[in-house]
Amino acid sequence: MSELRLMKGNEALAEAAIRAGADAYFGYPITPQSEVIEYLMDQRPEKRTGMVVLQAESEIAAINMVYGAASSGKRVMTSSSSPGISLKMEGISYLAGAELPAVIVNVVRGGPGLGTIQPSQADYNQAVKGGGHGDYRMYVLAPASVQEMSDFVSDAFDIAFKYRTPVMILSDGLIGQMMEKVVLKDERKRLTDAEIDEKYGSWATTGRKGRERNIITSLYLEAERMEQRVRKLMNKYQRMEEEDLRYEMIHCDDAEYLFVAYGSSARIAQKAVELGREKGIKVGLLRPITLFPFPKKQLFELADQVKGVLSVEMNAGQMVDDVRLAVEHKVPVEHFGRTGGIIHTPEEILEALEQKIVKDGSIRHHTTREPSLL
Amino acid sequence: MTQEIIIAGFGGQGVLSMGKILAYAGMLQGEEVCWMPSYGPEMRGGTANVTVILSDDRISSPYLKVYDTAIILNQQSMDKFESAVKPGGVLVYDPNGITHHPTRSDIDIYQVDGYRLASEMGNKKVFNMILLGGFLKIKPVVKIENVLKGLKESLPERYHHLLPLNEEAINKGMQSIFAYDVEKQLVLEHA
Repeated sequence: MSELRLMKGNEALAEAAIRAGADAYFGYPITPQSEVIEYLMDQRPEKRTGMVVLQAESEIAAINMVYGAASSGKRVMTSSSSPGISLKMEGISYLAGAELPAVIVNVVRGGPGLGTIQPSQADYNQAVKGGGHGDYRMYVLAPASVQEMSDFVSDAFDIAFKYRTPVMILSDGLIGQMMEKVVLKDERKRLTDAEIDEKYGSWATTGRKGRERNIITSLYLEAERMEQRVRKLMNKYQRMEEEDLRYEMIHCDDAEYLFVAYGSSARIAQKAVELGREKGIKVGLLRPITLFPFPKKQLFELADQVKGVLSVEMNAGQMVDDVRLAVEHKVPVEHFGRTGGIIHTPEEILEALEQKIVKDGSIRHHTTREPSLL
Repeated sequence: MTQEIIIAGFGGQGVLSMGKILAYAGMLQGEEVCWMPSYGPEMRGGTANVTVILSDDRISSPYLKVYDTAIILNQQSMDKFESAVKPGGVLVYDPNGITHHPTRSDIDIYQVDGYRLASEMGNKKVFNMILLGGFLKIKPVVKIENVLKGLKESLPERYHHLLPLNEEAINKGMQSIFAYDVEKQLVLEHA
């Protein structure tokens, strides 16, 4: 039975993990995502569904527990915030190399280093471009509401198992800490080993039981075999682009200018769209819901329609590189964003659009760049 | 219709829970709601504020620069948020500890002597409910019955014996809100 509740993003995500039929969660507390493990512990999911919840001795231990559980075909999740995610990066690369399904949640805070505990989107490059070593990608979902914090958990597990790949839910302190109403999905049963075999094929190390041995590894000492593995990964990423790209367009039909923003910045930019339209500026918003794959084709096409694009991110300019690649110099692309835990206001975003892009209707050449911070 | 509200004061004054009860009541009457705390390395005695948005529509930004209403509980918050009320908006404040009273003439300003009234009721913790009651008298954005349900949901069961006291505090606030005249610097009329 679906259920309406008022919840924090972090709590909604934790509840969704139980309801998604997760077998295990391994984590280590860090602000601003500690409510995930607090909520899970409080719910006693070992009694509700049989799900294991364990506070590991460190983030590194947690991600390696994820590797172990994923190897045996279990639905497993971990979560942390920026510095903790950096610690998990080696494990994430191994998960990708060994083709293991797992859900990793990053409730991003300001950085680099220990940084600050306030919201940030400065881990975009880490999530989208790798972070760990080697030729791999993660499927990256960027929730923009508490509802999506809840909905994306089961979506993430489905993608993780469809492609046998680590999936990241890239949130931030704002979405994690705020409360909104959320409709919770029905609880789905945890799958048995036999059901996993039937649904996703027999690849997990579930005990040999008369079949060929299943081997989980990311180590291929023969270069040819390693290259084969990389090609296989690249094919999967190609398929993700074709089959599982997600995005949302808001007021793009008649837009002369375009914001590109994800997660909490997309929410704030949406308000800037409303304020802009009140002033007669026809601005729209493209919200990538998946950051990898990225809505390149949609941006390329929108660039024929709009006069300029502003990439709005709570960082010093990261996604803007992908926006520029997609736009292919058709129109000017600029970045605006506050960093270090400061959240930009809708008014600031609109002002940046007017100053960097609209500029009395005259269009500047894209190579004239200005410092993107305030 | 969208209502954008900031509640600001000291940590420990019940700022966040006042916001939560308001958000819960909004949800119970079918509205979209958003509750966004300022969080940081802050503790009792530090500043705390929460943005609450109630709307018939999908809510865009949870983070705002200007608000329809500010409920202000200390001087630091007055300094920060008086200027953040939209022209024509509402400012409700508790005069206790306020040294620089608000001066804007383009907004409606009200006082609730919440701290004193709570002391008289013998439980300073109901201070936030007195302020909430006052605000709801001026702007009945949620029904009182839903506020009481919200209160019940957000109070742990061991405190449920305090529900009648909280209800009394809300009523007290509704009866005790006064318009403040910035020209004469006086509380004038019963709102």
